[in-house]
Amino acid sequence: MAQRTRSEQADRIRHLLETEGPAIHAHASASNARRKETYGGTDDLESLRTDARAIKEDAIDRLPELIETVREAVEANGGTVYVADDAADANAYVADVVEQNGPADETAEPSVVKSKSMTTEEIDLNDALEGEGIDVTETDLGEWVLQVADDTPSHIVGPAMHISRPEIADLFNERFDPDDRFETAEELTRFARDHLGEIITGADVGITGANFVVADSGTIALVTNEGNARKCAVTPDTHVAVAGIEKLIPTLSDLEPFVDIIAKSATGQPISQYVTMLSPPTDSPTLDFDAPDEPITAGEGGAADETGASGTGDPDRDFHLVLLDNGRTDMREDDQLRETLYCIRCGACSNSCANFQSVGGHGFGGETYSGGIATGWEAGVHGQESAAEFNDLCTGCTNCVDACPVKIDIPWINTVVRDRVNRSAESEPHDFLVDGLTPDVEEGGMDLGKRFFGNIGTVAQAASATAPVSNWLADAGPVRAVLERTLGIDRRRDLPSFQRESLVDWFETRGGEAASRKRAAASSERAAQADARDDGADVDREAVLYPDVYTNYVDVDRGKAAVRTLEALGVPVRVPDLPESGRAALSQGMIATADRQASRLYAALAEDLDAGRDVVVIEPSDLAAMHREYERLLPEGSYERLRDGSYEICEYVYGLLENGADPDALSTGDGSQPVAYHSHCQQRTLDLEAPTVAVLESCGYAPETSNAECCGMAGSFGYKQEYYELSIDVGERLAGQVEDAETVVASGTSCGDQLETLLERDVPHPIELLAPGGYRT
Amino acid sequence: MTVDTLCRFERALEGLEVGFERVAAAEASERIETIVEEPTVGASLPFEGVSLPDDVTTEPTTAELEAARTGVTPVSFAIAEYGTVAVESTADGAEPISLYPDRHVAVVAESDVVPDLSAGFTRLAEGFDAGRDSVVFATGRSATADMGDLVHGVHGPGDVDVIVLEDR
Repeated sequence: MAQRTRSEQADRIRHLLETEGPAIHAHASASNARRKETYGGTDDLESLRTDARAIKEDAIDRLPELIETVREAVEANGGTVYVADDAADANAYVADVVEQNGPADETAEPSVVKSKSMTTEEIDLNDALEGEGIDVTETDLGEWVLQVADDTPSHIVGPAMHISRPEIADLFNERFDPDDRFETAEELTRFARDHLGEIITGADVGITGANFVVADSGTIALVTNEGNARKCAVTPDTHVAVAGIEKLIPTLSDLEPFVDIIAKSATGQPISQYVTMLSPPTDSPTLDFDAPDEPITAGEGGAADETGASGTGDPDRDFHLVLLDNGRTDMREDDQLRETLYCIRCGACSNSCANFQSVGGHGFGGETYSGGIATGWEAGVHGQESAAEFNDLCTGCTNCVDACPVKIDIPWINTVVRDRVNRSAESEPHDFLVDGLTPDVEEGGMDLGKRFFGNIGTVAQAASATAPVSNWLADAGPVRAVLERTLGIDRRRDLPSFQRESLVDWFETRGGEAASRKRAAASSERAAQADARDDGADVDREAVLYPDVYTNYVDVDRGKAAVRTLEALGVPVRVPDLPESGRAALSQGMIATADRQASRLYAALAEDLDAGRDVVVIEPSDLAAMHREYERLLPEGSYERLRDGSYEICEYVYGLLENGADPDALSTGDGSQPVAYHSHCQQRTLDLEAPTVAVLESCGYAPETSNAECCGMAGSFGYKQEYYELSIDVGERLAGQVEDAETVVASGTSCGDQLETLLERDVPHPIELLAPGGYRT
Repeated sequence: MTVDTLCRFERALEGLEVGFERVAAAEASERIETIVEEPTVGASLPFEGVSLPDDVTTEPTTAELEAARTGVTPVSFAIAEYGTVAVESTADGAEPISLYPDRHVAVVAESDVVPDLSAGFTRLAEGFDAGRDSVVFATGRSATADMGDLVHGVHGPGDVDVIVLEDR
């Protein structure tokens, strides 16, 4: 369990929502929108991502060999490579280099200028150097603002994203007391340029990070927009580059896809202003601003080197490449965390994340790193405790999956670390309420709320069996207080209303499969009669409708609508009582439970799949479990068979209509009836928003889709006391987009619940709008 | 070099708000002179029949580098797709000369304008093989949004011009 109590975490998040949230949202959402646009305009995007991923996989696989290769290459160029085991080791080495290259006057303070580097943040290099009496100045403007403010980065790429321009102006006016007060970004930038320019020209050592290190040529690649990294690398005699060992790539040609994609994913720029590829020591003359009248080419190497092809560079130059391990070798050995090492730190996962956009990296981040991938980094370099602080902010929405330029399954890393945190928690006294309802296979000790939500299927079954008493009871004030205290369910959140008659029971009562077959046959006949030339309406499919927990016990109406729709299109339906998909367990980090559920569900469906029946799923998150996570939980053949045989309900209807089924059998609009449609995050990642839109259009509606990142509810997330307000903050951005529409539909249960709460009206599933008989409000 | 590539380069530079001039080698020196803001420092131009204007200081002192408003350098090639120029780290200081002054004037032979990043990497690799293994791909003007809004000309040049030598 995380170190903070629920109410402390709620307070912290509320504070961030009020203070840093607005600036973070403005910048992160703009970057995300630009990224999407640039991705959309890049024809070979998928091959770039695939290439980049493959290069990283290969490089991490060959890492020990690449370290030796780069050592040879850098030494051949005239530089030095130091592999540091941990932060203390790296800091001591860098301090030593700085001391040795300090000012001639030994009493003077050595000075260092730095360009932006998250790796040096990871090891707290600045503190370590300052502790040795070394003056350190950050030259990236964002990092410098943080240094002046004594603050920490809130974003991997835009470290001062949380500070607004007026706040920077106030800070600088107070600190530097200018004759004319700073106001505009232009004035602030010009001041920073001049101020930092002077410090750079006087510095003894320049320290940079490296976005990539080409092993066989000893080349470091720096990707920047300001030009400060160039200045830090070229101006002082001594250049120290600090990079994690995972930055190594084998050859120069491997660099190409990364140069092509990193700016696109980070900020939506086609390419960064400066992609600096240096194989130091370089031929560029060192710049001694203390000797203003000496030509810059006057040094020993200088212009005398007419060939320009010197392999050893300017002899005045000194170069040190510090390669940092700090847990990375262990990450490489860890089958689940290894993927984190493919990260190129572009921040796309942060920008695409609804929760991140609301609270920023000071909420959704650990000691150093922030955003979705930070869970992997923090667990690897600072330990699981640091990751546990913020890991729950990942709702598994998968928005980052399509954003990541190296295709890291970031939600999965979050699930794995959550699972590990659950398992490492100390055992608490058993709670009768949770224990009786949790038939999971998790070890004791995990958070009670997580265990409750992870077993929601059993809870729902019990609540349905005792409805409506269970609903009255759950709504009672004292009960809500107990639920909040024990399970962390926020008392402000409406609880689901459990139906006494489940979808499975309803289906059996109306005659089960046999009756469905008759209804479907009748529909086919009607369609054939209505259209004399028709022969396509006989679609000859059979469907198994998956009764997910919410559809079965809570939102039974959408299940009924799905059954009626399929029958009206000539498809006989079965609604068997099927096991949970494991989605609920996965979202709480209960992988063993989910694994068991996946096996059971597959076993229960195997015969239907063999018989050629289509598995039709209403809840997108359950379908996403089958299409994404099951790859890790089932044997390959089983996973592929279920994936290939399962469909989202509107995707399935789309297929039926495309194959000749008649939309007139459904409830159709007049062709221009406006509908606001919010798809579901995981549904979007599966590329399944478009079929719903197409179906609505072919049935006479004029759907307009939301582009909000998420509804904020994300299954159990919005119920939790510590996250309720964040959930509402995210949800309001969506509600604001759709509130003017007369009809609002949403595919996900929790999306619908959140919108119903915020809009105070019914928000049905699209299938309820389409089902014969229409939607009754 | 095709007409298409050159058009693409020009369009990309336009999008970056970078100046584009196409001149004959014989007229290059004169054209550079009209573009630069004094004082000017430069790295010598390796193109046949092209020289820097007389008042451009080569092998500048650090004081001259700091005071310069314009830096003129050759670039070994350019990438049309992105409007990128490739600045090599040479012993005569092309890298700092292209970086420190407010304005960078980059001179490239038309035959060295390649269509896309991939062709750029081919050129880059050829240079690496020949020992020219420190190169900056510079695209547009130095920029930052760290002070709250997008501002050009931070640590690097806020104005960039590219001169393409049509007969080289």
